[in-house]
Amino acid sequence: MRLLPSGSTALLVELDDLDEVLALYGALIKAPPEGVTDIVPAARTVLVVTDPARTSLSAVADAVRATVPDREQPAEAACLEVPVIYDGQDLADAARLVGCDPQELVRRHSADEWSVAFCGFSPGFGYLTSRSGTWDVPRRATPRTKVPAGAVALAGGFTGVYPRESPGGWQLIGHTELVVFDLARTPAALLRPGVRVRFVPHDAPS
Amino acid sequence: MTRSVTVLRSGPLCTIQDEGRPGLADTGVARSGACDRASFRLANRLVGNPPDSAVLEVTFGGLRLRADADVVVVTTGARCASAQAHNGPVQLRAGEALVLGAPVAGLRSYVALRGGIDVPPVLGSRSTDLLSGLGPAQIRDGDVLQLGDSCRLMPGVDIAPVAEPAHAAVTVSVTPGPRWDWFTDRAQAALLGTTYTMTSDSNRIGLRLHGQALQRSGPGELPSEGIVRGAIQVPPSGQPVLFLADHPVTGGYPIIAYVDDDDVDLCAQLRPGQSLSMQAAASRPLVKGSP
Repeated sequence: MRLLPSGSTALLVELDDLDEVLALYGALIKAPPEGVTDIVPAARTVLVVTDPARTSLSAVADAVRATVPDREQPAEAACLEVPVIYDGQDLADAARLVGCDPQELVRRHSADEWSVAFCGFSPGFGYLTSRSGTWDVPRRATPRTKVPAGAVALAGGFTGVYPRESPGGWQLIGHTELVVFDLARTPAALLRPGVRVRFVPHDAPS
Repeated sequence: MTRSVTVLRSGPLCTIQDEGRPGLADTGVARSGACDRASFRLANRLVGNPPDSAVLEVTFGGLRLRADADVVVVTTGARCASAQAHNGPVQLRAGEALVLGAPVAGLRSYVALRGGIDVPPVLGSRSTDLLSGLGPAQIRDGDVLQLGDSCRLMPGVDIAPVAEPAHAAVTVSVTPGPRWDWFTDRAQAALLGTTYTMTSDSNRIGLRLHGQALQRSGPGELPSEGIVRGAIQVPPSGQPVLFLADHPVTGGYPIIAYVDDDDVDLCAQLRPGQSLSMQAAASRPLVKGSP
């Protein structure tokens, strides 16, 4: 664990890999140190944001160093099932990049156990990693200016669901009717760091 | 009876802002909120509003508001030509207008109305986030803004003696960012020893600065990492971007330094063409690895 400076209100904790990130994030989110307002996991780092009126960076640094990483998978936590119609425009390309045919890609994507590693890009967009770790598909050479809401996509070892229409460069393999980010719901985001996910194939309505 | 004001002219950019949405960054929701937080807080204080009340953030003046009922109003931040209520509250009678011309210095003015602007909060905040699209829509001509009734005693202040935004070069304190040591000695010296100009391609998300390009000392891909307001990010062009209220939650280019949180408010008042100098914060010398 390396503590890197991030201005007068935050600290960036750099770790060796995503597993360490999730273990530290899991422990911090359960018992946030006094005065911490946001805990932001990413691929190799956890940003700890403070309210300078309530704490000091040195106190928070001490609390982070003393935190015992939580490596327990939340076994009790239910697995979120995301129904997917595998009809994405890049399904054939993605299958070729993975080295199989489209049916096999669908089988593997829906058989794998995924979990949200971190969020970013837009509200409610989760970067999901898999148990098998065999999904290293590059982004599209030319990003799309419009990816529809609910698109299920692959890129860079991750899968994700676009919460709303936006530009995007990931390979589209399908779509879901599940609304993954809904302002009328608390919490609004279904795909929060640590949430386990299974994709369930659904037939396109005829 | 509910009270309201009507926007007769919204100007170049007018949004509703409050303290923003802390606590949601791990779900991809940035904090947002007023760009110049000190002026925002002063505005609410001067009309006796609770500190998290929603106000108007007016970018480069041009606002014209009509009171539909008697209302106490104040403006803070950038002083606009013909502003009747700058840093000192006044009562508008029903039918009277508040008019903001172009700012004399600074970029963003805050208009607090006693009672606060009552629009439905989104994820706990009434702030418009121009990057994520969360919160109320940008203010348009003809909008009618309902006012709340949540207010406290008037503070009994005629006028608040606060410094006006600077006309000329602005100097802010910076501390090293997490990737300070990814940059050459020359780049580190340039950041602290030369001035940068704010370009017109700037907004609530961030200021695009122009000056000596900041070179990295080696190649290397950076996985995206969390950032907060005040981060100075260096994209491949070497021209730094200083993030403001609507910054993305994470960034994939290295952060060379951070502007001290209090000084970010000064940056939010910079106008295109104005110069920015960065100096090492006195209490925290720029050494690697130590916050």
